[in-house]
Amino acid sequence: MPAHVERAELPGIGVRHDINTEAGRRLSIINFRDGGRELAISDEDDPDRAEGTLALTDDEATALSEVLGGSLILTQMAGLRDQLAGLHMEQIPMRADSPFVGRPLGDTKARTRTRCSIVAIVRDDGVLPSPSPQDVLDAGDSLIVVGTREGLDKLVRIINGG
Amino acid sequence: MDDGALVLIEIGALILGIGLLARLAARLGISPIPLILIGGLAFGKGGLLPITQGAEFIEIGAEIGVILLLLLLGIEYSPTELIGSLRRSRMAGLIDMLLNAVPGALVGFLLGWGPVGAMALGGITWVTSSGVAAKMLHDLGRLTNRETPVVLSIVVIEDLAMAFYLPILTALLVRMDLGGGTLSVLIALAVVSVILYIALRHSATVSRLVWSRSAEVLLFSVLGLALLVSGLAAQAHVSAAVGAFLVGIAISGPVAAHAERVLTPLRDLFASVFFLFFGLSTDPRDLVPMLIPAVALALATMATKILTGYLAARSAGIGEAGRWRAGLALTPRGEFSIVIAGLAVAGGLDRSLAALATAYVLITIIAGPLLSRIPDTRRFARWTKRIQADRRARLASASSS
Repeated sequence: MPAHVERAELPGIGVRHDINTEAGRRLSIINFRDGGRELAISDEDDPDRAEGTLALTDDEATALSEVLGGSLILTQMAGLRDQLAGLHMEQIPMRADSPFVGRPLGDTKARTRTRCSIVAIVRDDGVLPSPSPQDVLDAGDSLIVVGTREGLDKLVRIINGG
Repeated sequence: MDDGALVLIEIGALILGIGLLARLAARLGISPIPLILIGGLAFGKGGLLPITQGAEFIEIGAEIGVILLLLLLGIEYSPTELIGSLRRSRMAGLIDMLLNAVPGALVGFLLGWGPVGAMALGGITWVTSSGVAAKMLHDLGRLTNRETPVVLSIVVIEDLAMAFYLPILTALLVRMDLGGGTLSVLIALAVVSVILYIALRHSATVSRLVWSRSAEVLLFSVLGLALLVSGLAAQAHVSAAVGAFLVGIAISGPVAAHAERVLTPLRDLFASVFFLFFGLSTDPRDLVPMLIPAVALALATMATKILTGYLAARSAGIGEAGRWRAGLALTPRGEFSIVIAGLAVAGGLDRSLAALATAYVLITIIAGPLLSRIPDTRRFARWTKRIQADRRARLASASSS
C-alpha cells in the first residue's frame, strides 16, 4: 500500500515532507532553500514535536536514497495492483488528536465530502469490513479508503482535523 | 586630525564594535540586535562618547539598512507562499492583529501620543520578529514540528500586512490627523495594491528583467531597482521600506536564490548600521521614564502573543504542548518594531516613542527565546500531558452520556 506523504511549505525556510509510518511515528524530511536537508522522527509522547533531528550532507542524502531506492521500486510494483484507472487505496491512521476519535464514522461525511469509500476499519483486535455510519472510531484505528488522489488527500485533512 | 581621517576612524571603530557585539551574541546564542541597540545607546546622544564625523554615513547607511532588510524579507517569500499562507491562516492573522495591536494602541493613547502615535505603538507590539522566530525554530530543532507551519504562516501574514500598514502610517504621519489623511491613505493603498498585483502575478517577468549569470550584474540590478522603487515610493509618501519589500516579492525563483546570496552580506552590514543608528539617536535619559510602560507592555503583549499562537495551533489540531510552543515562538519583537518606531520619530512623533520601542524590543527579544525553551523541559511535558489526558477524559464522558 503506498504511503501517504504530506507536503508542507515552510515560508522562507524550505519544504517539508511528512510520512506517517505504519508504526505510528512520523518521519519528516526538510529540504532547505539553501540546499541542506534534515531528517526528524516524531516524539512518541508528543507526536507534534520531533524527538531528534539529523542534518544530512548532499553525499549522505544521495547514499540514503540509493540504499532505499531498491526497496522503493519493489514497493511501487506491488502498489500497481491497487491502482485501477486513477483509483487509489490508502490506509489513514486515526491520530489521538483527531476530532473524530470517539465519534461515529458517519460524522466524517467522507462519502459526500470526498467521494471516497471507507471499505474497512483495521483495529488491534481485527478487521471490520464494510463499516456502517454508526460504527464508532477510536484512536489507533486505521481506515482503509478507496478513492481518487484528491479525494484521499482531502479525507486525510478532514480526519486529521484540518 | 583632518576630517577624512576622523570619519574613517569613527566608522571603522563602530563596525569593529558591531563585530565584537555580534561575536558576543553568537557566544551567548542570542540575536545580535539587542546588543547593537545597547551599544548604540551607550555611544549616542547623551551617552558616553558622542559621534561627530561619521554621523552622515551612519544616517544614510541606516536608511539603506531598512531598505535591504525589507528587500531580503520580500525575496525570502515566494508569491505562492504568501498566497498560500493567506488562504490557510487568514483567521489566525486577524486574531493576531486584534490581540497584539490593540494593547499597544491603548498604551499609546494612555501616554497621550494621539491616534497616529497609538497606531505606531500598535504596530510595534503587533509584529513578531520573523528573523528571530525563524532562527529560534531552527536552533531548537523545531522545524519538523507540526505546529511550525502555523507559526510561520502567522509571521508571513504579519509581514505581508506591513506592506499595507507602513504606507498608511506614513501617510498619516505626513498629515498627522485622521480626517485629512484619508485621501493620502487611499492613494498609498492604491499604489501598494497595484505594485503588489504586479509582484504576485508577473514576478516571472520582473525576475527575468534583472536576471544575470554574473553575481556582480545581479547585485547592481537588484540593489539599483530596490533603491529606485524605494525612492519613488518615498516620493509618493508610501514609505521607502514598502517599495523595497514589494520589489523583493516580485523577485522569485532562481533569481531570488542568487540575489539572496549576493545581498545577504550587504544586508547584515547595513541592517546593523540601522540598529546602531536607532540606538545612537535614542537618548538613554528618555529611557528611564519609559521603563515601566515598556515592561508592562512587554508582559501584556507577550501574553497576548502566546494566546495567539495557542489559539491558532489549537484550530490546526495541535496538542497542548505544541500550542504553548507555537505561542512562545511568536513572542520576540525585533526589526519591524524598530523600523516602525524609526519611521514614527522621523515623522515627528514624540521622541520617547523611540525609547519605549527600544526598551520593549530589548525585553521581548531577550525574554522570548529564553521562555521558548520552557516547553522542552520535562516538567512542562508532564504538565501538558496531564491537561491533555483530562481533556480527553472529559470529552469521552461527554460523548458517552
